[in-house]
Amino acid sequence: MEKLVYIALFAPFVGSLFAGLFFARSPKNIIVGIVNPALIFISWLASVALAFHVAEHGAIHVTMMDWISAGALHIPFGFVVDEVSVTMMVVVTTVSTVVHVYSNGYMDNDKSFNRFFSYLSAFVFSMMVLVMSDNFAGLFIGWEGVGVCSWLLIGFWYHKKDVTPDINPAISPSYAANEAFIMNRIADLGMLVGIFLIYWNVGSLQYDVVFKALPHLADGILVAIAIALFIGAMGKSAQFPLHTWLTDAMEGPTPVSALIHAATMVTAGVFLVIRANPLYSLDAVSNVSYFIAALGTFVAFFAASMALVNRDLKRIIAYSTLSQLGYMFAAAGLGAYWIALFHLAAHAFFKALLFLGAGNVMHAMDDELDIFKMGGLKKVMRGTYLYMGVASLALAGIPPLAGYFSKDAIIETAFNEGTYILWFTLVFTAGLTAFYSFRQVFLTFEGEERYKKFGFHPHEMYRYVLIAMSPLAILAVIAGWFQGSFHEFITTLLPDYEMSHHTHHNAWWLGLLVLAFAVTGILIAYVKYARKGDKAFKQDEKVESGFFYKLLMNQYYIPAFYVEFIIKPYTVISDKFWAIDKAVVDATVDFIAKVIYKTGDSARVMQNGNLSSYLNWMGIGAVLLILASAIAVVMG
Amino acid sequence: MYEFIAFYIFAISTVILFLITVLSKNVLYAMTSLAAGMVMISGFFFLLGADFLGVVQLIVYVGAVMALYAFAMMFFDTTKDVKEKYNNPKLVFLLGGLMAVVFVIIFSAPIIGENIQVASPITDGVGNAQAVGIVLFTKYLVPFEVAAIMLLVAMVAGIILAGKKMDKSLTTTVLPLVDKESEDEILKKESR
Amino acid sequence: MIGISHYLILSGLLFSIGFMGVLRRKNLLMLFFATEVMLNAVNIAFAAIGNYYGDLSGQMFAFFIIAVAASEVAVGLGLLIVLYKKYHTLDLDIISTMRG
Repeated sequence: MEKLVYIALFAPFVGSLFAGLFFARSPKNIIVGIVNPALIFISWLASVALAFHVAEHGAIHVTMMDWISAGALHIPFGFVVDEVSVTMMVVVTTVSTVVHVYSNGYMDNDKSFNRFFSYLSAFVFSMMVLVMSDNFAGLFIGWEGVGVCSWLLIGFWYHKKDVTPDINPAISPSYAANEAFIMNRIADLGMLVGIFLIYWNVGSLQYDVVFKALPHLADGILVAIAIALFIGAMGKSAQFPLHTWLTDAMEGPTPVSALIHAATMVTAGVFLVIRANPLYSLDAVSNVSYFIAALGTFVAFFAASMALVNRDLKRIIAYSTLSQLGYMFAAAGLGAYWIALFHLAAHAFFKALLFLGAGNVMHAMDDELDIFKMGGLKKVMRGTYLYMGVASLALAGIPPLAGYFSKDAIIETAFNEGTYILWFTLVFTAGLTAFYSFRQVFLTFEGEERYKKFGFHPHEMYRYVLIAMSPLAILAVIAGWFQGSFHEFITTLLPDYEMSHHTHHNAWWLGLLVLAFAVTGILIAYVKYARKGDKAFKQDEKVESGFFYKLLMNQYYIPAFYVEFIIKPYTVISDKFWAIDKAVVDATVDFIAKVIYKTGDSARVMQNGNLSSYLNWMGIGAVLLILASAIAVVMG
Repeated sequence: MYEFIAFYIFAISTVILFLITVLSKNVLYAMTSLAAGMVMISGFFFLLGADFLGVVQLIVYVGAVMALYAFAMMFFDTTKDVKEKYNNPKLVFLLGGLMAVVFVIIFSAPIIGENIQVASPITDGVGNAQAVGIVLFTKYLVPFEVAAIMLLVAMVAGIILAGKKMDKSLTTTVLPLVDKESEDEILKKESR
Repeated sequence: MIGISHYLILSGLLFSIGFMGVLRRKNLLMLFFATEVMLNAVNIAFAAIGNYYGDLSGQMFAFFIIAVAASEVAVGLGLLIVLYKKYHTLDLDIISTMRG
């Protein structure tokens, strides 16, 4: 079984090296397009085999080698494959495999085809390290690894020019990549502080040791650790107020958005909270946990509201990702860790599918993202319409699709905990979710064929790409049916969460209420956007100049706020410090250099090539030595 | 008493002779005074009871080395006075004077190291040449042989360097002369 | 009475004279003479110290110095001849090919 662990972990790494070392400078090579998905598929096979093994025999723990051994600090390169990590491994490798195959079609005409696969496989490897590590240090390595790969992939088209918002409402990929990286850096500082606190107070970073020692620590330290770790999770999972990078990250290629910014990396924060559940379920940190739930609920609503008005196909999905991450945090914060993980897995499947569908649309529409310029695409893109429809239904939580089971469970949890404000916000958000996802689907595929006006000639994606997407579609439909067995599987490790009798009693009308909100959302979207002829959708000046529309369109002016109150003052301060640096530090260094240069320049005269003058210099040296020895004799 | 007189005669004469060696413009004067100074130095060796060393000084230095110099001088143009450009004569005399003063001060101080162990003592009743021979072929045998080899090597090197047909091997790659005047001179010589 | 310091001072003076010559001379042959003076000065010091301590080692060192001086002269003169053939002069101010 150890071998399987290593295969699952290192197959993506081999793929990355394969593409990166041998094909980095060569033009598109189809071998890369075959070998890399194959290696990820091998990793998937290993993960599935491990999942069955874990279900039968329990967790596997391997220690590859000693990594850091300094004084009392002892950190091995250890990996643990238990119920939680194997779930993540299966989810990650499933989505990765599909995305790798999909990328063959999507990146078809890109000149950096090989580089893309190298980065993508490196990302999968980092993600596997993140989920499989048996200690916080390894987790942090993976954490930073996915951060770097995310940076590389968001900025993949770094050569793109930065254009004004009226031509392209987005920003340049390089800017987006740096923004994502820097925001994560801020959060990672929090995470590092958390890890240091753990080490100082426990003396180890191994999960099992740390979790065993946690109940004996003082309350204040526990709260500090919980907050610090959650700050790290907030950055990676783009929770408010560090959320702006996620939508800007849509500048990367769409497979990247599907894999990294929907299914895997952004869920790492949720994974961290789930992994550290012994910490977050302690009584001492119950306030922090409740804060996580409240923040999650807030973000769920906050992101959904911004998605209501956005016109950018990918950004809408990004907001919905943000919103769903909020749901996951709400569940995790309320103690329903297994439900959070369940939603994480289900969400990964349908959201990746949604993104890949959006990628198909982009491919068809020559990278056009404005949904107001689309419409009526269902005639030419039947397969994509089907996939996106299924994914949106799942996202909206329509039974019997995956989203219904997982999201309903979260909403039920909120009701069960008696936090009715959270509960109602989540229910209302479910309605918003249904509305905006179907607004997007209907604007894209139904209604008038507005694209003709703009001279687009849409075409369906390659057939093999559509086939490759089918596993995700199937999973988006059926994933929810395995709720029972998943519950049984995962609760051997995670704390069980059972609804109270009262909640059980009310489950039927709670479900119906959520469903009613969702269906209402879909219906409104249909009435407003899907019809043709006289009742076809038209842009309404009056609505668009309204206060709320503008507020939402400008993302509550938060990016502008960051620019005005953080970036600009920072630039001013940096300029000032630069001036000081030039006047003090640079001047000192320059002075030293000048002194040395001048000394050398004047000493150069000694080396005039004349033996006689060399002899004279030597003579001076000899006399000085004799003098020195004479003085030494006299003195001592 | 006679040792006193002898020492001062030798001392004054060596100093004067060596000063001539160092300061003279004529190569022949310089060499002659050097040879004479070396003869005087052998006098010190006799005074110090190192008879054999004195003889060696006479034979090797005054005989062989000076003969070598004499032969070498035949290669060079020695009839004219040596023209030398002295850049800063003051510095030379200052440094030399300083060194002399320091040496005088150091050596006029009483010697403190009285308890020095004698490595190869001078045995009474044995002549100096005999004693030297005993020490040289017992304790200093290996250095002696090494010195012999060194002399052999030096001899071979001297013959090769001086006797080789330099016109064909080394002078074919004449380095560019920096001095224009001397270059012209050489060209003139070669054309002759 | 003539003590050891007489010899040592004489040796130091002669050494300084040789040293002056080394500093002063531009002609290589004359430079060689100056080095011979220095070597001889040192020989006196060795012989004097050996005599003072009743030790033959001083004389031994003087012997080896003479041997070294002899070989130095042999090789050095050979080199001088080569140089003279090449440059037609022995003046160090002219034989300077490197310019700093």
